[in-house]
Amino acid sequence: MPLLEKASRQREAGEGMPPAPTQGSVTTVPEKSRAERRASFDVADFPMPTGREEDWRFTPMDRIGTLLRDTPSGAHLAVDTELPPGVTLTSIPSARARALGVPAPQDRAAVLAFAHTDHSGGVMHLQIPADTVIADPVRIRLVGSHSERVWGHLVISVGAHSNVTIVVSHEGTARLSEMVSTLVGDGAQCTLVSLQEWSSDTIHAAQHDVVVGRDASVRHVAVTLGGQVVRMSTNITYAGPGGSVEAFGVYFADAGQHLEHRLFVDHNAPHCQSHVEYKGALQGDSAHTVWVGDVLIRASAEGTQTYELNRNLLLTDGARADSVPNLEIETGQILGAGHASATGRFDDEQLFYLQARGIPEGEARRLVVRGFFADIINRIPVAELQGHLMQAVERELAGAGLAEVGTPDEPTLTATLTPTSDPRTADR
Amino acid sequence: MTVLEIRDLHVSVDVPATGGGEAEGPKEILRGVDLTVRSGETHAIMGPNGSGKSTLAYSIAGHPKYHVTSGTVTLDGEDLLAMSVDERARAGLFLAMQYPVEVPGVTVSNFLRTAKTAMDGQAPKLRTWVKEFRAAMDALKMDPAFAERNVNEGFSGGEKKRHEVLQLEMLRPKIALLDETDSGLDVDALRVVSEGVNRAKEADDLGILLITHYTRILRYIRPDFVHVFVDGRIVEQGGPELADQLEAHGYDRFLAPA
Repeated sequence: MPLLEKASRQREAGEGMPPAPTQGSVTTVPEKSRAERRASFDVADFPMPTGREEDWRFTPMDRIGTLLRDTPSGAHLAVDTELPPGVTLTSIPSARARALGVPAPQDRAAVLAFAHTDHSGGVMHLQIPADTVIADPVRIRLVGSHSERVWGHLVISVGAHSNVTIVVSHEGTARLSEMVSTLVGDGAQCTLVSLQEWSSDTIHAAQHDVVVGRDASVRHVAVTLGGQVVRMSTNITYAGPGGSVEAFGVYFADAGQHLEHRLFVDHNAPHCQSHVEYKGALQGDSAHTVWVGDVLIRASAEGTQTYELNRNLLLTDGARADSVPNLEIETGQILGAGHASATGRFDDEQLFYLQARGIPEGEARRLVVRGFFADIINRIPVAELQGHLMQAVERELAGAGLAEVGTPDEPTLTATLTPTSDPRTADR
Repeated sequence: MTVLEIRDLHVSVDVPATGGGEAEGPKEILRGVDLTVRSGETHAIMGPNGSGKSTLAYSIAGHPKYHVTSGTVTLDGEDLLAMSVDERARAGLFLAMQYPVEVPGVTVSNFLRTAKTAMDGQAPKLRTWVKEFRAAMDALKMDPAFAERNVNEGFSGGEKKRHEVLQLEMLRPKIALLDETDSGLDVDALRVVSEGVNRAKEADDLGILLITHYTRILRYIRPDFVHVFVDGRIVEQGGPELADQLEAHGYDRFLAPA
């Protein structure tokens, strides 16, 4: 069976938590709960990882190692902005960022970014005024042009009851460890799109935090197409009840690329919702993607509704997709909680159906892949960006992989997208 | 005049291993089928479940699951079996499926335009295409919003069958294989779908191979020939009156005694 699947790890949540496992120890001590994962502003709390730790076990340590070395750097990326009236971008010291309430770093790459940003131009602070509808998207374009290490931190303060779409794009060559801390005010509606369209030599580690205000509604979209190694951790917490989050992602890995997306939705407040949906395609030798979706419903989070889904489409042999959904539930008083993960090849029945209507095989495959991604891309509320991303997917498809897939001597692709676990619902 | 000619067709499928046992190997489903369908003719293939009716349709269309072990299938003398699935469709063959699959993220209108472009070798002129498309949907009593839904995603049984016949009318094949197009339809939907098939036949002198378990669709689509299909081959042929006999007496007399 060519399916590459990871069984989901389900952990039971207990009352008395043991102390956090020692990082960097010879053996991996499994965490009892996702809540135990260390979070700190102190570099000393994050020793050099070995690669055996739960949160590093999929990452190519040799290649990302440059972002784990505790060395200040004055280098930064070129910043290009489009700021609609009322929106400001300023530089602030990291102490000020911390005072604003940004969540603490959760791994060594992130804590180093936090610790060293003051030497590389300071923290960028994007402010969206309260009670304002910003019609045009806010754009921040970060462009790298060298392989010096860059420590970066972007703090986004979204004012209460505002409505805004923010697009942060990453291009060029870089060695970047970055924190993006988004603090969403009460009742605000915010879409944040992070595009990773790097050159093929870029190494990028990112920690995105989203703090969701009371009754606020946030859509977080990650699109990762470029880069040699991209490791993006997105953590979502709620500052009050009634918050709602959609976290969508699209990634496309080619030969040699490692694209890793880790999500942690911490349901720490009652009556909140989360919907996570990530889709990836892989083509080419040793293309590797990782998706980890941790959802924790704490005892206090009554009335929670959550669902997470990850789908991966293997377009060629030699690619590997790891998919690990985790759901921890500490209260039965919830509306629903479910997860699903599926990794597979082209669905033969879909291809047959399209071909039976006269559509040649290569075109049928492209149609299926476009459709696979369109589902998510169509939910990005910037029409121009939708077009741009569909074209980017086309370019990926036109690249190395799919042309070869269409050749007649290619081995028969038989596996279909098979759910590894059915959506579950815990109703009470 | 188009002729679909099936001669001594034998088809097998690989039976996968079950319950940890060894794979059973190939199992023969079709055991020597002979049939000729010409333009303007409607042939009904009737038979009990498991007799191989659908296998016949899917084998002709080229589904990779079915292996033709011997025999020939030609369309106007051209060897269909040597063609890929899409080449068969472009040669003029159409298969209306019993269980059409979902294609997420691909809209009906995009799908049909892509198919039409592939069939004709060029994109249809936008203005006439939109007009034809709307008219065809209207005739099948389909809501215009249907065009923007994803192919077969969340369609009801009736919507799926209308969508199959919509494609039949838009793509204009020479020979249509209808695999249990009547299954799961209420009387109104059955009439609407049948009218669509009849329109396609009128418009293009379509040859039809209609596979069904029940006789009720034959009240709306009148067959010229009825073939009784049992155990992978045709065991009796006749005119429409044979269908009436089947309705009255069932398949019992064709089934081998236990």
